[in-house]
Amino acid sequence: MAIILTNALKKSFGRIEAVAGIDLGIQKGEIFGLLGPNGAGKTTIIGMLCTIVRPSSGSAFLAGYDVVREPARVRRQVGIVFQDPTLDTVLTGRENLELHARLYSVSSRARKERIDQMLGLVDLKHRADDITRTYSGGMRRRLELARGLLHRPAVLFLDEPTLGLDPQTRARLWEYIKKTAHTEQTTIVLTTHYMEEAQHVCDRVGIIDHGRIIALDTPEKLKETMGGDMIVVRAERQPLEKIRALPFVSEVRENEGALEIITKEAHRHLPKILSLMKDVHCVEMRVPTLNDVFIKLTGRDIRDDTVENSGSWVDSVARYRQRGS
Amino acid sequence: MDKGFIHRELMGVYAVWWREFKVFQREKSRIISSIVQPLMWLFLFGSGIGASVTIGSFDYRDYIYPGVLSMLVLFGSVYFGLYIVWDRKLDVLKAILVAPVSRISIFFGKVLGGCTDVILQILVLFSLSFLFPAINPWGIPLALLLLLITAIGMVSLGLALGSLFESLEGFQVVSAFLIFPLFFLSGALFPITEKLPLWLRGMVNLNPLTYTVDGVRGALLNVNIFPLYVDFLIIIFFTVIMLFLGSFLFSRMK
Repeated sequence: MAIILTNALKKSFGRIEAVAGIDLGIQKGEIFGLLGPNGAGKTTIIGMLCTIVRPSSGSAFLAGYDVVREPARVRRQVGIVFQDPTLDTVLTGRENLELHARLYSVSSRARKERIDQMLGLVDLKHRADDITRTYSGGMRRRLELARGLLHRPAVLFLDEPTLGLDPQTRARLWEYIKKTAHTEQTTIVLTTHYMEEAQHVCDRVGIIDHGRIIALDTPEKLKETMGGDMIVVRAERQPLEKIRALPFVSEVRENEGALEIITKEAHRHLPKILSLMKDVHCVEMRVPTLNDVFIKLTGRDIRDDTVENSGSWVDSVARYRQRGS
Repeated sequence: MDKGFIHRELMGVYAVWWREFKVFQREKSRIISSIVQPLMWLFLFGSGIGASVTIGSFDYRDYIYPGVLSMLVLFGSVYFGLYIVWDRKLDVLKAILVAPVSRISIFFGKVLGGCTDVILQILVLFSLSFLFPAINPWGIPLALLLLLITAIGMVSLGLALGSLFESLEGFQVVSAFLIFPLFFLSGALFPITEKLPLWLRGMVNLNPLTYTVDGVRGALLNVNIFPLYVDFLIIIFFTVIMLFLGSFLFSRMK
C-alpha cells in the first residue's frame, strides 16, 4: 500500500523549476531515500509533502490526504527532522519532547510514558533533564529523531539527517534510524547526498537530479544496472579504445585521469586488461557504488555540486581516494 | 468545526505559552535586569530630580511610579515580541510552525507568554509600592488591568514588527524610532499641562501609552487628565488593532 503518492508534482520558484513533475509511490513501512546533489530539489519535495511548500501543479497524497486541500490532517500524520537543527536549546531534552507532545495534542496520560519510551529508544534517558545546549551534535540529532516520532506519525521525513556529523556519529545515527523505523513501524523518507547513507539505510532509493527522478529501485538493483564490477586503473598508457573493444567489457570511461572499466567477473578479466596497459601505477577493483550509478546517469559526480567538496585540488584528491573506501 | 479542532488549537496556545514561561524562568539575568532598570529610574533618576522638583502635591518619585510601570510594560512587551526574529534565526520556531496548530494559535500563545513575563515583573514592582507613600494600594487591581491590556497590544506590536524583520538590525531601529519616542512622549516622566509646547502636546495625545500612564496614575494617585473611560477606550482600541495587525503579519511570515 502506498502511503505517499504523487502525480506530476511540480514546484517552480519564479522561472526556476525546482521540482519538474514527479510521480512517486512510497510504500508503507519502507525507508525511502532521495539521493542527489545539493540543489537537486530534494528538500523542496519534502517541503511539499509536509505542506510547508505549496506545489505549483500536480498532486500529492499522504496517508490518503491531499497535501494541498487537507494540510492540517497531513500535518498530524507527519514528523519532520529538518536539515538545520531546530531543537529549543533553552529547554531540556525532556521539555523539548513535552512541548512537541502538546503541539501534537498527545494526551496527557500517554505523554509521559511515550516520552520515556522515545528517550530510551535513542539512548538519551540519562541526559533527558539536561539543557540541550550541552548536547553533542549526534545527541541533538537523536533527540530530534525521537521528537519526530513522538506523535506516532505515519511518515517521518529526515532532511539530510547526518549533515555535518563526523563519520562515526553518522554510522551510529544510521543504526538509530533503522532501529526506530523498525520498532515504530514508521515509513521514513530521507534525503541525502551521501551515497553511503542511501546504500546503507534505505530499502529503496530514488536518484534525483535537476528536479527529476532519474532512477528508482533498491540500492542493489541500481548497482546491478552498472552491468558488473568496477576496475579503476591508473597507468602511463591507457588504451581506452582497445579496452572498449574487449568482448567482456561493458563500459569504459576516463575519470580524473584514471580509467574506469566495468565488467562482469572482474577478477578473471583483470590480467587481460592490465596486459594492455603500460606502467600501471595503481589498480582498484570493487563493486560499483550508487555514486557510480549517478555518474553513469548524469555524467557528473554526485559530490561535484556539493558545497563542502567544491574547489581546491586537495578536495578532488581526497575525493578520489575516498571513493575506494 | 469539530470539538477536536478547538481542543487541539487550545493545546497549541498552551504549548507555546508553556515554552515561553519555561524560557522566562530560566533566563534569570533577564528577569533581574528587567526589574533593576525601572528601580534605577525610580530611585536614582527619581530621587535626583525629586530633590529639586515636586509635581503638585506629589513627591517626584511617587509621581513617576505609574510612568515607570508603563515603561516596563512598553519595553518588556515590545522587546519580547521582537525576540521572534532571534527565534527564527535559531530555527526554534520552525519546528513549532510545522505542527498541526494554526498560526493564530501560535501567535496567541506568544502574546500570552509575553504578557505573563511582563505582568510578573509588574507584580514585583507593585510589591515595592509601600516605598512610595502617595500610592493608593486599592488602585492596584485597576492599574493592573490597564497595564495588562496595554501589554497585550504592545506584545502584538512587537510580534508584528518581528514578523517583518529578517535580521536583528531591526532592533536598533525600533528602539530609536519607536520605543523611546513612545516612552518620552507618554507623560511618564512629566505632567501633561497647558504649558507644554503645542507640537509636543499633539504628539503626546497621539501616543497610546499616554492613556495607559494617565489611567494608571489615576488609579494609583487619583490624578487624571482624561476621564478613565477615555483611557480604557483608547487602550482597548489600540490593543484590538495591534492584535489584528500582529496575527495578520504573523500568519504571513515566512
